Amino acid sequence: MELLIKNGYVYDPINGVDGEKMDIAIRNGKIVKSVRGRRAKKIDASGMTVMPGGVDIHCHIAGSEVNTGRMLRPEDHAKDFERKTVLTRSGVGYSVPSTFTTGYRYSRMGYTTLMNPSMPPLEAKHTHEELNDTPMLDKASYPLLGDWWFVLEFLQKGDLEECARYVAWMMDTTKGYAIKIVNPGGLEAWGNDFYVHSIDDQVPGFCITPREIIRGLCKVNKMLNLPHTIHLHTNNLGVPGNYVTTLETMKCVEDLATDDKPVMHVTHCQFSGFKGDSWTTMESGAEEIANYVNHHNHLTLDMGQVIFTDTTTMTADGPFQYTLHELSGHKWVNHDVETETSAGIVPFHYRRKNYVNATQWSIGLELALLINDPWKIFMTTDHPNGGPFTAYPKIIAWLISKKARMATLKRTHPKAQKRSLLPSIERELSLYEIAIVTRAGQAKALGLKDKGHLGIGADADVAIYNVNPEIDLSRKYKTVRRAFTNAAYTIKDGKVVVKDGEIVRYVDGRTMWLDVKTAEPVKVNDEIKRKFKEYWTVEYENYPVTDNYLKVSNPITVKASV
Amino acid sequence: MSIVKAVACPVCGCLCDDIELTIEDGKIVKVKNGCSMCESKFLGYRNEHRTRKPLIRKNGELVEVSIEEALRKAAEILADANYPILYGWSSTSCEAQRVGMELAEEVGGVIDNTSVVCHGPSVLSIQEVGLPSCTLGQIRHRADLVIYWGCDPWSAHPRHLERYTTFTEGRFEKSDWKGYMKKVKASTGKKKVQSALRRKFVKNPPQLMLQPETMSKPPPAMMKEGRKLIIVDVRKTMSAEMADYFIQVEPNKDYELMQALRALIRDQELDVDTVAGVPVEYLEELADAMIQCEFGVIFFGLGLTMTAGKLRNVDVAISLVRDLNMRTKFAIMPMRGHFNVTGANVVSTWQSGYPYAVDFSLGYPRYNPGETTVMDILLRQESDAALIVASDPVANFPKKAVEHLVKNPLIVIDPHMNATALMGDVVFPSAFAGIEVGGTAYRMDHVPLPLKKVVEPPEGILTDEDILKRILEETRIVKWRMMEAS
Repeated sequence: MELLIKNGYVYDPINGVDGEKMDIAIRNGKIVKSVRGRRAKKIDASGMTVMPGGVDIHCHIAGSEVNTGRMLRPEDHAKDFERKTVLTRSGVGYSVPSTFTTGYRYSRMGYTTLMNPSMPPLEAKHTHEELNDTPMLDKASYPLLGDWWFVLEFLQKGDLEECARYVAWMMDTTKGYAIKIVNPGGLEAWGNDFYVHSIDDQVPGFCITPREIIRGLCKVNKMLNLPHTIHLHTNNLGVPGNYVTTLETMKCVEDLATDDKPVMHVTHCQFSGFKGDSWTTMESGAEEIANYVNHHNHLTLDMGQVIFTDTTTMTADGPFQYTLHELSGHKWVNHDVETETSAGIVPFHYRRKNYVNATQWSIGLELALLINDPWKIFMTTDHPNGGPFTAYPKIIAWLISKKARMATLKRTHPKAQKRSLLPSIERELSLYEIAIVTRAGQAKALGLKDKGHLGIGADADVAIYNVNPEIDLSRKYKTVRRAFTNAAYTIKDGKVVVKDGEIVRYVDGRTMWLDVKTAEPVKVNDEIKRKFKEYWTVEYENYPVTDNYLKVSNPITVKASV
Repeated sequence: MSIVKAVACPVCGCLCDDIELTIEDGKIVKVKNGCSMCESKFLGYRNEHRTRKPLIRKNGELVEVSIEEALRKAAEILADANYPILYGWSSTSCEAQRVGMELAEEVGGVIDNTSVVCHGPSVLSIQEVGLPSCTLGQIRHRADLVIYWGCDPWSAHPRHLERYTTFTEGRFEKSDWKGYMKKVKASTGKKKVQSALRRKFVKNPPQLMLQPETMSKPPPAMMKEGRKLIIVDVRKTMSAEMADYFIQVEPNKDYELMQALRALIRDQELDVDTVAGVPVEYLEELADAMIQCEFGVIFFGLGLTMTAGKLRNVDVAISLVRDLNMRTKFAIMPMRGHFNVTGANVVSTWQSGYPYAVDFSLGYPRYNPGETTVMDILLRQESDAALIVASDPVANFPKKAVEHLVKNPLIVIDPHMNATALMGDVVFPSAFAGIEVGGTAYRMDHVPLPLKKVVEPPEGILTDEDILKRILEETRIVKWRMMEAS
């Protein structure tokens, strides 16, 4: 099966291609040098932008927390539904779409790879069942390990090697892709109604601090040679003045970085970038954070951009979600998971005329524009926490066009406007940089060698957008927004799956996971099984995600150094 | 002879997964670790009520037919129907439930599960107020105050206390088993003394200075160390016998009682002497115990969901727990009945956005309990065909609903000739999920567990998932033919 995309403006940052007019050749699901047969299907991409398929490093789309959010919001679904067609299943949106709809909508925007960032290991089967029903894309999920009793105990003892072996075991057991850490230590403390307020607070009952957890898992990550770095949601998220905690967190692994490569990914950084000491004095800490990131090379970040809309917040950060409930008075779900982690869900409406929300909106964009290197900060909304992923084209418009962001800023709260740094920022991202922050950079940070680029041997995941790069993108930002909302073509594994924003072919997509090979596997002896029974309420045998839970399994072998 | 360990029991929402079965000659001969319901299912599922072959009603009688004929008839019924209902789902695997969703969407019908007669009100309340909760292991490790309100775990979820709550060993809390044994010994001792006294003083037995549970002073049990167990119910159940403290609430007055507690935990004073038949001093002690505990939990059942107020009772219960979180750590959890009703809600939600009562008749999922719930559709006589899986509505639904159900074509998928199958027009015998076929089920706290296939189903018996897949396939063919013809 051959496909030739002719004459488009190609943006392939990983291979240094910046808007060159060239052909992209595809055979058997991979990018190749050229097509051989005359029977190759041809797509005329003249006047259009060709990029690798979109990669989303952090979007809550599957699992127990997401599904409870879905169940919580029938009012959110009633206003946004999709009918069944010959090719597609019916479903609902808006901020927490049903699984089929999630797949279709991402695909229509030219996305081809998604990362679900919060998977409680005990409920990992649920995450995978939902990923199986999320078509059109390749996906993976990160198990939550930052408050796992095994990790806390091994790190407290200083036994890094045993900890590493168990983390490797956990990747296989949950069919996971990366080490996810949320409010380290804070979730275990929350289990007994305590809070952790700094990275040097003691976690009750475990004699360990968040700093030790972060550093320990960072070292474990390196020992295991995992393709992505540790993926961290900071302590004190959403608290005015938390930018100090964020900077301390970033500094605390500085010495663990060798050879100039990142060792930590700080996710949805907007929520961790608040200055001030209360909600009235709260303001942007983006400048300080950007300053630090500009002078250090051991981090990657993603935005966590806020959209002015009614959405649903859901994270593993149970204590933070409770605070959000107290602030907003909205319905609140809490779900602590034994031995492992937590979760919380609260619907939330970000308002233009609310000072804090308007400042949050500004912080996300400030981070993206003040951090000079686009390979360090990626575009996300922490869907659905900042807003639904369907708003991504809006963010692209704000990033490429000062005119667009000033138009929105003008309609926000006056005090927020005055304090925002956006009026003083002239920078507008180019399409090359957009390709980095929405696909190339994300794929690179994830260590996905065959994704996010159009070099020979890459997976043939391509997005073609109906926008001519030679127009004045900044002035015509609405054209850009429209183009990225409905891809002209989305190609998945060399097959055209979307044309003019409509699904034209159904594909399953693969579930990627890490098969980590340690020198010695974890010895699961009777002692461990006994410990298992003490810690969890399920039998050891019933805990792992077995192969039958993955519709299309895509293991990635990793050779550990331990 | 072989032993299979770590089997998940397919009976109640506890989904105990530590059952050990002994298999001999393809039959289960011994059950270890299970409660009486578990043993009864594993040892007694093979009986004379088992359907052996597909059946179709011809001339008023159910006759055996081939599977192909039964599939064709079922497909014709569903393809023809304007507003079919697909109901049940709670006692089969998630894999089967997924096919059910696809089938309901294909035929433009309504798919609903047993929540509608059980914890439907809880779901509605959660959608209004939220749900401060956790997995059962958190209770085991941390909870020192366990309240069962409007439910009787001793009868309905027998191993709940020993596996998850009061009688378990946790990291931060110890088991109250010894305390309970002491109490049992003390009460047995009391009874012995009483009967001895009765025998000695036949005419005028002296009154033993005992403290019956509902006297003017609350017992010191409320302030004891370690885990506390409180039961709130309208009558003294077997669970109440085990409790440290039993509160007898007047029937249909749970709402008032909970609102009173909400006021008390906010340090408000009550102007009345009793609420729902309970003296206010008790309630004040109870409120104190709730505020002072380290981690409390309320488990609730049909005593709240199916008495006056229904979802409003659950609303208030969740609000009470939410309010308690201002002062301490508290959780609330519904005691789900069937072993996979949670799964039915979970699968329905992720595929359609809604947990039950999903109407596909307009080509997209619609949810409006009261309108799209199967009970109401039957009472309004709107459906014109039905597919029933893994449940028995003819035995459980109100008479008027059943009348309309059996008046129209009725397809039944069940291992047994239950009441619904007896009234069916097409009957498919199926395998038992969790015994003869594996799959996934969700525990009452949303933890997914694998069901095991332990023995082979009888010759020719298919699984729910297979039958549904084939009905779906056949229905698509019939619909396509109908389209071609028109």
